[in-house]
Amino acid sequence: MKVVVIGNGMVGYKFCEKLKSMAPSVELIVFGEEIRPAYDRVHLSEFFAGKTADDLTLAGLDWYQDNNIRLHLGDPVQSIDRTAKTVHSHKGIIESYDYLVLATGSAAFVPPIPGVDKQGVFIYRTIEDLEMMNAHARKAKTGAVIGGGLLGLEAAKAMLDLGISNTQVIEFAPRLMPRQIDDAGSNILRNKLEMLGLKIHTSKNTSEISGGESITGMQFSDGTSIEVDMLVISAGIKPRDELAKLCGLETGSRGGIVVDEKLQTNDPSIFAIGECALYSGMIYGLVAPGYEMASVVAENLASLPRTGGVVPFGFKEITNIAEFSGPPPSGGRVAFTGYDMSTKLKLIGIDVASFGDPFLTGENIRTVVFEDTMKGIYKRINISADGKELLGGVLVGDAEQYNMLLQTCKNKLVLPPNPEDLVLGSRGGENLAGAGVQGLPDEAMICSCETVSKGAICNAVSELACETMDAIKKCTKAGTGCGGCVPMVKDLMLYTMKSQGKYIRNILCEHFNYSRQEMFDLVKLHELKTYNEVLDKLGKGDGCELCKPPVASILASLWGEMILKKGNDTAQDSNDRFLANIQKGGTYSVVPRIPGGEITPDKLIVIGQVAKQYNLYTKITGGQRIDLFGAHLNDLPDIWGQLIAAGFESGHAYGKSLRTVKSCVGSTWCRFGLHDSVSYAIRIEERYRGLRSPHKLKGGVSGCIRECAEAQSKDFGIIATEKGWNLHICGNGGSKPQHALLLAADLDDETCIKYIDRFLMFYIKTADTLTRTATWLNKMEGGIDYIRNVVVNDSLGMAQAWEAEMQTLVDCYKCEWKEAIENPEIKKRFNHFVNAPEVKDPTVKFETMREQKKVADWK
Amino acid sequence: MITLTDQKKITWFAACQISDVPANGGVCVKYGDEQIALFHFARRGEWYATQNECPHRKQMALSRGMIGTQEDEPKVACPFHKKTFSLATGQCLTGDECNIKTYPVKTEDGKVFIGIEGGL
Repeated sequence: MKVVVIGNGMVGYKFCEKLKSMAPSVELIVFGEEIRPAYDRVHLSEFFAGKTADDLTLAGLDWYQDNNIRLHLGDPVQSIDRTAKTVHSHKGIIESYDYLVLATGSAAFVPPIPGVDKQGVFIYRTIEDLEMMNAHARKAKTGAVIGGGLLGLEAAKAMLDLGISNTQVIEFAPRLMPRQIDDAGSNILRNKLEMLGLKIHTSKNTSEISGGESITGMQFSDGTSIEVDMLVISAGIKPRDELAKLCGLETGSRGGIVVDEKLQTNDPSIFAIGECALYSGMIYGLVAPGYEMASVVAENLASLPRTGGVVPFGFKEITNIAEFSGPPPSGGRVAFTGYDMSTKLKLIGIDVASFGDPFLTGENIRTVVFEDTMKGIYKRINISADGKELLGGVLVGDAEQYNMLLQTCKNKLVLPPNPEDLVLGSRGGENLAGAGVQGLPDEAMICSCETVSKGAICNAVSELACETMDAIKKCTKAGTGCGGCVPMVKDLMLYTMKSQGKYIRNILCEHFNYSRQEMFDLVKLHELKTYNEVLDKLGKGDGCELCKPPVASILASLWGEMILKKGNDTAQDSNDRFLANIQKGGTYSVVPRIPGGEITPDKLIVIGQVAKQYNLYTKITGGQRIDLFGAHLNDLPDIWGQLIAAGFESGHAYGKSLRTVKSCVGSTWCRFGLHDSVSYAIRIEERYRGLRSPHKLKGGVSGCIRECAEAQSKDFGIIATEKGWNLHICGNGGSKPQHALLLAADLDDETCIKYIDRFLMFYIKTADTLTRTATWLNKMEGGIDYIRNVVVNDSLGMAQAWEAEMQTLVDCYKCEWKEAIENPEIKKRFNHFVNAPEVKDPTVKFETMREQKKVADWK
Repeated sequence: MITLTDQKKITWFAACQISDVPANGGVCVKYGDEQIALFHFARRGEWYATQNECPHRKQMALSRGMIGTQEDEPKVACPFHKKTFSLATGQCLTGDECNIKTYPVKTEDGKVFIGIEGGL
């Protein structure tokens, strides 16, 4: 069978993917008008937010090649000969077909306003359009968009991203997004957009675009006008049906290729899918229904008998599955029966969603509305008069409940006695609104981009043992389209696992059936010293990147031996293996330890000299030290040799280990300082330097309550009081900042260090891999009170042992870099090429920025 | 693609000594302007070679990655974003990155040889 596809947009691509997955041997030829293979048009505006055309590409050219698809890009088909069953392309290619699929999509609808042909007037449809907008935007100061619908607002966001902060939206209808949301929702949306700096005009009809060669302004039919030097028209779409018309296929009076529920046109060999298809009087201008159409046609074509490659009779005549000579396709012949146009999107950071019929009113309809003009939230649900069925609704400003509401609506789930709980949340009482994911029927469509039902997801978890999101994505494709269903898929996964009585245990990976905590105790008990011994004794198989770093970390925490010895080098995470952080481009950064942030002028000069000699980019870090970037792997031993000769040592910036103990200048200089915070910070940093732990560790010491060292954002933070030190633990900066909690007050120097010893050992022994102290605390039953009981009151009787263990680690500390450069076996690993040690990686490229080098951006 | 019936001529070039490659780890080999990642999977008594460039962000880094197995499939994890690739087939095991090129490897007299299709 030979299939020709005209159009290589999202839907055309999806058709190829579906057909090739079901019938790999089909001969498939694709003609595309654009010069790029199909890309993600839904996320087009991200092009301005930094994504490249490549990022948006759905599948690279090699995908087409690998799947044996002949792709002609930049070569639009110009005519179809239905009698000869051939298509004729612009470049003169003539291709015959058994079946032809039209996926020609749509074009922007441009209203016939005088002046639309002026320079500076754009449509918003393809990457080329965007590139032209980009070029023009550099000289534009004021922008406007005609169209306040979904695409128009996307275009307005694109204008903001292009730096045109003075942008106006012109909508003909009395409200924004007239097809999706009601007046009240639209008002909330409008307020929010205006707060972001967009100017919105509704009920406004553009009568003329003024200017000479280029646009300078717009005139409206109400006599008003505005000045503007860039305009994007996004007033709707019109189906690309010109080819179909030309060859006499039936088209609708307002455009669109007429198709039946098989997406078949009036020529049984020709199908139309996506935005060019007119099904039951309707054009579906969203990607999900387009994908559904692509699936329907692909499945029906794939299920045809393949005798000699050509189907002996017209497709339309096959009415009985029994007439197929091949095995019947799964589920029999499929049909497109319309599509729910519910949608949820984020417009310039504002959630907007509508589902079912959002506009229902009348005697038989009950409506629940929640409106908060302060926060800019509007929610409306339409319910049947008996209060049992959800018929539709609108969400603006907060669409968290969208997935659940959509499922409730689509599956006609019986509503709870207080349906308002669906949008307001349960207030008081214990019953949660609705029944959650478990209440959904198996047929409930969870991922509409890839048409994956609840049943299919639960089945993947229970029968095919997919117990991670990655596994589920791979197996069912759910969540791989727009990604909106991912939270729900995750809930379903956890729910299914739980219902199977699965105890969700944090084992390291497939090679070790133990948690990190269990591993720690077992490695200690068996006195295992190398990764291979641990794997032989406690695990199975040959290890992987998930278990190697935690095991290597446990070995280092327990025995304090040089991490690159005894064959443990290749068990280290890559940064630990090379004792440096790998950076973009493959070079490394060098971070010498500067305890407490105190450094002499001579040492500063050495850092400057080394940076100059090896042409390194220098920057002060957040932890009061200096980072030197852009070192070739080959140069690391020499760089460290010089630094060590000048009295520096490794800063362990590459390890899950103590980073810095930050300090304020303290009582030596500061008129408010109570104690010498710098001396104490240095003492503490030098005590715990090199200590390997489940995650990185940071400390801080402040000389008074003004807290200039920000100690309360650290894993352990010490603040001077009149009587001693207050010790706070388990603070965190990062993405989820959390203040450290007070463990004990008014401690003397020695007691404070004792408590930190115990606290750190407790953490190292019991935390999961890559868990910071803040998360460890949050998961700990009993919280800070329990930890205080263990650390201060010694409720487990471990205090002495932990202090001794910590002292052993402190005593066996050695600078890793010193050992590395003194050991020829280790030193020789710091070469890029094993067979050309003198050659540095020639692919590394630098650029200049503010008089220093920077690495060339990655592709 | 190489199949048993359609095997092209392989040229073997001496990359380094066996002892130059860390057990259960990799090194990068220079072959003209090409960079080849060479791995000694000592636990399995196996040698593998692949392109050194990770196709995800086009970084010359795979030789510095950790190796291991996934359901007995030998693999390497790129140090940058931990994308993993089969050492045996070059197939990407995480997500949709392109597959990587693999090369045959043999050892003789303490030396490691990498096989190049067609050769110099």
